[in-house]
Amino acid sequence: MHNLTRRGALSLGAGAMAAGMLPGLARAAIPTGNATAPKLEIEKGATLRVLRPTKFVDADETVFRQNTQKFAEQTGVQIRVDFAGWEDLRPQTAVAANTGAGPDVVVAWADDPHIYADKTLDLTDLATYLGQKYGGWMALPQRFGKKWGTEQWIALPMGGSGAPCVYRISWLKEAGFDSLPTDHAGFLKACQALKKNGHPAGFALGNAVGDGNAYCNWLLWSHGGMVVDEAGKVAINSPETINALKYAKELYQTFIPGTLSWGDVNNNRAYAAGEIGLTQNGVSMYFALKNDPKTAAVAEDTGMARMPTAPGGKMAENVLLLNAMVFKHTKFPNAAKEYLRFMMEAEQYDAWLTGCGGYWSHPLNAYAESNVWKSDPKLAVYRDTNTVEFWSGYKGPISQASGSVAADYVTVQMFAAASSGQATPEEAVREAERRARRYYR
Amino acid sequence: MSVSATEPATPWRRPQVTQGWLARLFDSKAFLVVACLTPALGLLLVFLTYPLGLGIWLAFTDTHIGRGGSFIGFENFESLWYDRVFWGAVFYTVFYTAVATVLKFALGLWLALLLNENLPFKSLLRAVILLPWIVPTVLSAIAFWWMFDAQFSIISYVLVDKLGLMDHYIDFLGTPWAARWSLVFANVWRGIPFVAISLLAGLQTISPSLYEAALLDGASSWQRFTRITAPLLMPILAVVLTFSVLFTFTDFQLVYAITRGGPINSTHLMATLAFQRGIPGGQLGEGAAIAVSMIPFLILATLFSYFALARRKWQQGEDNE
Repeated sequence: MHNLTRRGALSLGAGAMAAGMLPGLARAAIPTGNATAPKLEIEKGATLRVLRPTKFVDADETVFRQNTQKFAEQTGVQIRVDFAGWEDLRPQTAVAANTGAGPDVVVAWADDPHIYADKTLDLTDLATYLGQKYGGWMALPQRFGKKWGTEQWIALPMGGSGAPCVYRISWLKEAGFDSLPTDHAGFLKACQALKKNGHPAGFALGNAVGDGNAYCNWLLWSHGGMVVDEAGKVAINSPETINALKYAKELYQTFIPGTLSWGDVNNNRAYAAGEIGLTQNGVSMYFALKNDPKTAAVAEDTGMARMPTAPGGKMAENVLLLNAMVFKHTKFPNAAKEYLRFMMEAEQYDAWLTGCGGYWSHPLNAYAESNVWKSDPKLAVYRDTNTVEFWSGYKGPISQASGSVAADYVTVQMFAAASSGQATPEEAVREAERRARRYYR
Repeated sequence: MSVSATEPATPWRRPQVTQGWLARLFDSKAFLVVACLTPALGLLLVFLTYPLGLGIWLAFTDTHIGRGGSFIGFENFESLWYDRVFWGAVFYTVFYTAVATVLKFALGLWLALLLNENLPFKSLLRAVILLPWIVPTVLSAIAFWWMFDAQFSIISYVLVDKLGLMDHYIDFLGTPWAARWSLVFANVWRGIPFVAISLLAGLQTISPSLYEAALLDGASSWQRFTRITAPLLMPILAVVLTFSVLFTFTDFQLVYAITRGGPINSTHLMATLAFQRGIPGGQLGEGAAIAVSMIPFLILATLFSYFALARRKWQQGEDNE
């Protein structure tokens, strides 16, 4: 769901993340395969309106605008790009879909194209072309690009923001670990050792749209749990979920006090102040720390690694995905599709990816060669963000219900209640089951 | 030239201008009533009745954001009836309103009585008192959010690091009851000025001669308060109470900005829950149903203030017969 975590970094002075965060990086040669772009004649006198979420890092807006400008100059298509607040984007998308007016192209949140699947243009030709040219689509973009259960593309995923584990290297060493353990038991031990040294962990368990869902979805998925099964039937009440809840309760003992009230910014603040030694966050916090002379030392000492994986070694982190769609109501479908193709081509896309410092991680395999991932070896963990095979509402169809369950914090509160001991794991899961059923009916 | 005696010399009659239909229309009282009221009625219909009606209608549909709904009768309410989160929100809304209102009135009245005395810098003081009410709610909410922070609270900092009175930071928002009281505190802080200034206005309408007469009769200050101040203040008290209850019951910003209803839904107000379910959650119908559920409580609260406090007996010192 909406990972608003990054916004928290604003309080750390993330505004300092100037356009072109990693200047002087020559564009790497992005390997391309043989593919011919679909022949789309841009309509005469075409104009486009594009709606997308507002920037979180400056370059997100400046480079996006530059690329758009370039397209306008090359094709003569007039384009207006509107930036909507993260929480406003969903209602605005809904209005556009229902009224059949307004933006032609919406760079929406992951689920929205699926909710309006009957109102969006088929993008299969475009997606096939981009996939062939750039080494194929990664797992999560495939999940969210194609209409559920079909091979028809209804959206073009543009980038994803992940939340791996972020920790203090020296404190972890001090606790006796050279690297972050990749299994749950080891991870718990590491957190216990950190806590013993006065550097507790801290994960949001409050009603935090981004961080709360990120932490709790990881707990659920990495233990093999799910909210609903493939058919969309509520399946949260399972031994796997109980295990996850028991584990969460033990891990909670290693937390700094107060995480039950944590919102999206608390972990960023506490980490920057050195109050916690380990948390989960997007790449923005690292850059915020790095760009502020006062916290540069903290950034230097910051390591990033995968959270313990799901059975079978699968990464199980929550990803916030940008998913572009073209509404059928557009008068200029070819121009809209050409615009999206243009934005995804290496000349433009790599500039955007690099400018944002990898904040929106690429959906197409070839961009793994981008210089942004080589500029700082620590960023490597964010490179594979979109390989994740879990999604909000896993393992059911992407629908309105999954969005409602996330917005009502059903999973987060289940873990919060069990972690704090306000409910036994069995009670907590029954309550979550009951609440999830209200939406999946 | 002969003048007939039977005819008047000059026919002093008003010139009979035959009135046009328009003039007659504008002379008609019934028409004027309609014509003058229509704009006001139109405004009310467009900006009050329509949104309210739409909200009530939505409560009986299964509308989602991005998808129209159909009429489903009382299904939303039935589903809410079995929803513990909803009842938790009802409980906290009533608790929040009751406790905060009592505190606001006790402290507000006390403040008003103090301000009614002859104090130095009286007008300046009165202006200062109003500050919490003038500051945008979201700003004061953010200030409280920092003060109640688990790690960076100034209160904890002073108590633990400066005075050494405690050995651990206070977890203001992390446990249900601490969070509930913290929010009540923030609401009281914000609401006192409204009560104090309104009651002060009421106090100043009481004629000093009544107090002088009471003094001559040897009434104690407690007697003066209970026999003069309280009864004469009652009408304005009833009005202020009604408004205060309505404001508190429908509060949204403080809770949404500080806890978002957490920890684990223990501080959800009906308004915040309605928003959470309706807008981010996309279930417009259910959100509207929660909002509509507030109406009976609001009507009850209004009736209570009206009948219990605004009785003529209180106002005029007569029996309410």
